[in-house]
Amino acid sequence: MSVDVATLDSHPEEDHVLPTRQHITGFGFYIYLLSDGILFAALFAAFAVLRGATDGGPDSHALFSARNALIETACLLTSSFTCGMAMLACDRRNRIMTLVGFLVTAALGVMFITLEVREFSDLIARGAGPDRSAFLSSFFTLVSTHGIHVTCGLIWLMVLLAQFLGRGFTSAMVRRFLCFSLFWHVLDVVWIAIFTFVYLIGGYL
Amino acid sequence: MFGKLTLQAIPFDQPIIMGTCLVIIFGILAILGLITYKRKWSWLWTEWLTTVDHKRIGIMYTLLAMVMLLRGFSDAIMMRSQQALASGNAHGFLPPEHYDQIFSAHGTIMIFFMAMPFVVGLMNFVVPLQIGARDVAFPVLNSVSFWLTAAGALLINISLGVGEFARTGWLAYPPLSELPFSPGVGVDYYLWSLQISGVGTLLSGVNLVTTILKLRTPGMTLSKMPVFSWTALAANMLIVAAFPVLTATFSMLLLDRYLGMHFFSNDGGGNPMMYINLIWTWGHPEVYILILPAFGVFSEVIATFSRKPLFGYRSMVVATMSITLLAFTTWLHHFFTMGSGADVNGFFGITTMVIAIPTGVKIFNWLFTIYGGRVRFTSPVLWTIGFMVTFTIGGMTGVLMAVPPADFVLHNSLFLIAHFHNVIIGGVVFGCFAGLTYWFPKAFGFRLHEGLGKAAFWFWFVGFYLAFMPLYALGFMGMTRRMNHYDDPAWLPYILVAECGAVCILIGILLQIAQLVWSIRNRDQLSTDARDPWDGRTLEWSTTSPPPVYNFALLPKVEALDAYWEAKQSVDASPNLAYESIDIPKNSALGFVVAFFAVIGGFGMIWHIWWMGILALLAFFMLVAWRSWDEHDEYELTTADVVRLERTSLHSI
Repeated sequence: MSVDVATLDSHPEEDHVLPTRQHITGFGFYIYLLSDGILFAALFAAFAVLRGATDGGPDSHALFSARNALIETACLLTSSFTCGMAMLACDRRNRIMTLVGFLVTAALGVMFITLEVREFSDLIARGAGPDRSAFLSSFFTLVSTHGIHVTCGLIWLMVLLAQFLGRGFTSAMVRRFLCFSLFWHVLDVVWIAIFTFVYLIGGYL
Repeated sequence: MFGKLTLQAIPFDQPIIMGTCLVIIFGILAILGLITYKRKWSWLWTEWLTTVDHKRIGIMYTLLAMVMLLRGFSDAIMMRSQQALASGNAHGFLPPEHYDQIFSAHGTIMIFFMAMPFVVGLMNFVVPLQIGARDVAFPVLNSVSFWLTAAGALLINISLGVGEFARTGWLAYPPLSELPFSPGVGVDYYLWSLQISGVGTLLSGVNLVTTILKLRTPGMTLSKMPVFSWTALAANMLIVAAFPVLTATFSMLLLDRYLGMHFFSNDGGGNPMMYINLIWTWGHPEVYILILPAFGVFSEVIATFSRKPLFGYRSMVVATMSITLLAFTTWLHHFFTMGSGADVNGFFGITTMVIAIPTGVKIFNWLFTIYGGRVRFTSPVLWTIGFMVTFTIGGMTGVLMAVPPADFVLHNSLFLIAHFHNVIIGGVVFGCFAGLTYWFPKAFGFRLHEGLGKAAFWFWFVGFYLAFMPLYALGFMGMTRRMNHYDDPAWLPYILVAECGAVCILIGILLQIAQLVWSIRNRDQLSTDARDPWDGRTLEWSTTSPPPVYNFALLPKVEALDAYWEAKQSVDASPNLAYESIDIPKNSALGFVVAFFAVIGGFGMIWHIWWMGILALLAFFMLVAWRSWDEHDEYELTTADVVRLERTSLHSI
């Protein structure tokens, strides 16, 4: 790849233009997401330290169903895909497809949360609640912190969609959809780490 | 209905606490009465409480820090006096359970509500001006950050009169901070107030990183950015990377205390040492979050008052960024005694010593900046030189303790206390005072009285040495930290010298208050040449004092480091005055109201009044959703407005 020095020099003013508000907000939100990643890193570290601290209670092999976690993963990954589709529609300013895309995303998110709540209540009913052992404390905290993020994301999405129905593609609306989609994709990345370290390695290795 | 809260929570039988509370309540009532009498409520609401202007928010941060300095210092002098009166058969005036709360509150308040707001306040005020921006990237979020910090400070001070504070030390190590050993509300006050203010700090870090990386004025590349802004960038990157760990760690302790989990408990497989590792993963970077901006202040001060460009600008930036990275590699030196083995301790000992290298580079850069300069010995320069001497001593005792075998002897002794006060007072506090004096005229349009400032410096400086040098000796003599009473009479003389030092610092603080009062009353005498009183080098001195709401009517064009200095040298007297309209963010009550509910929610959770916690959480969601409905969060200053404002400000000079 060659860069034409002459063309670079011929537009000296171009790097002097300040970034747009959308650009600034997206960047700032990205920085926030990095910090959120570090929050999860601390919880992962605690889980890694306490994984074997079962205090004579059940360990991960006895408790986790990889099947349930796999369905959850499918829900969340698909919802990330539909979220991406909605953002593509948003870029083309296609109202119907944006709305449909985000509604499907929300529905899949609700399915994910339902499955997670069912798993948790099942564990608690079997006497494996978060107060049983340090291992279960760290498991419940890590996974439910992700779940709380997803729930907050769903509430956020509902507010966004209500606003969207009222006013369509304003610049603020597009900016917020951008932030939401970043948020949703990062939650996916975190979930992939949870699925790998908690359910796959915890359940099989 | 009211959870654990009953009338017994108010310590009527403790005359010291009740007296303090009465003074505070009367003070607050007097201030409220004065505001009402002067009919200033709507002024207060529109100009300060709901402002989103980074300059005003920076000033409020600094004010909060100064008030909390008084609170933290009262704790300090009470501890010094207790130890002076509690040798041998004497037992002093503070019972152990009260003394334990005082040292915990002293550390917590001084770090989280004095040093942090001071540093964040300076960064908030200065950075946008210095990089030629009109405000921070997210002005409303900035106000939310400030008010959350203030909410945390309020909660921690409520603990003085309602209930109790933690008796666990400023980092609340488990298992002592777990429910079986600390069943009261003290640790809950600690946790909730720090969670609330910690979220505020994190958001302000996100805000300033974005501001510095995205809003620099045209031409200001990173290699032309002033050093204070560089150190602010480093500190805020550390905030973004370190504060989530604090939030996570405190959340785990909260879950242990509220839901019976077993992260750090003795039973159930919990691991108390994990808390100590996690908290110092935040805690060591926190030290650099505080000191790096102070280094930035000293760099600006020393270059300005030596009338020379800073020596070794690039090495200064490289040193700052190296410290930023190394900050995350040293946490274990806070607990070599954990016993993780010679290899691990050796590794962390060496990383700790390595930090002395970039810090040494900085010290030499400042010295070479002075060398050959025409130094004006104003009070900011006195603070800077006082810092260089004091911080070097503190740094050397730090390197000494980085040797694990030495640390095994000195761990938790007064030697450690002397060391970290040596670097925090000699570094952070002196830096904050230098910055306060240096930028005060920019914020208010008049300088602070020099004579009183210099007198305050000398009392602080001498007071510091008197108060803390004896502690090094006491550490070697075997005195541990946090002692309410001791039997060894040989320690008493040293303690008495330290008490004299505390009194000197008290006089220094009183002189600073006198300086503020005198300067405000005689501001007309001090307001000459307020735009650029020190013959400054960076962009903040190119605008009026105080700057207009938009900071710069025309965004400055930067072609060199020390942009304003260069502009002053080239007498290009044809300023291009083609003003354009400017979008200004509107005031917002969001920050104040969110913080109000944060106090309600925090108080409810501390006292197990669940409905209050739920109410506050719901209110928070409603407020944010309500806020998001309003897309018109800016108003426009037309060209005519800008011309008019610029003309009046020129006339007033």
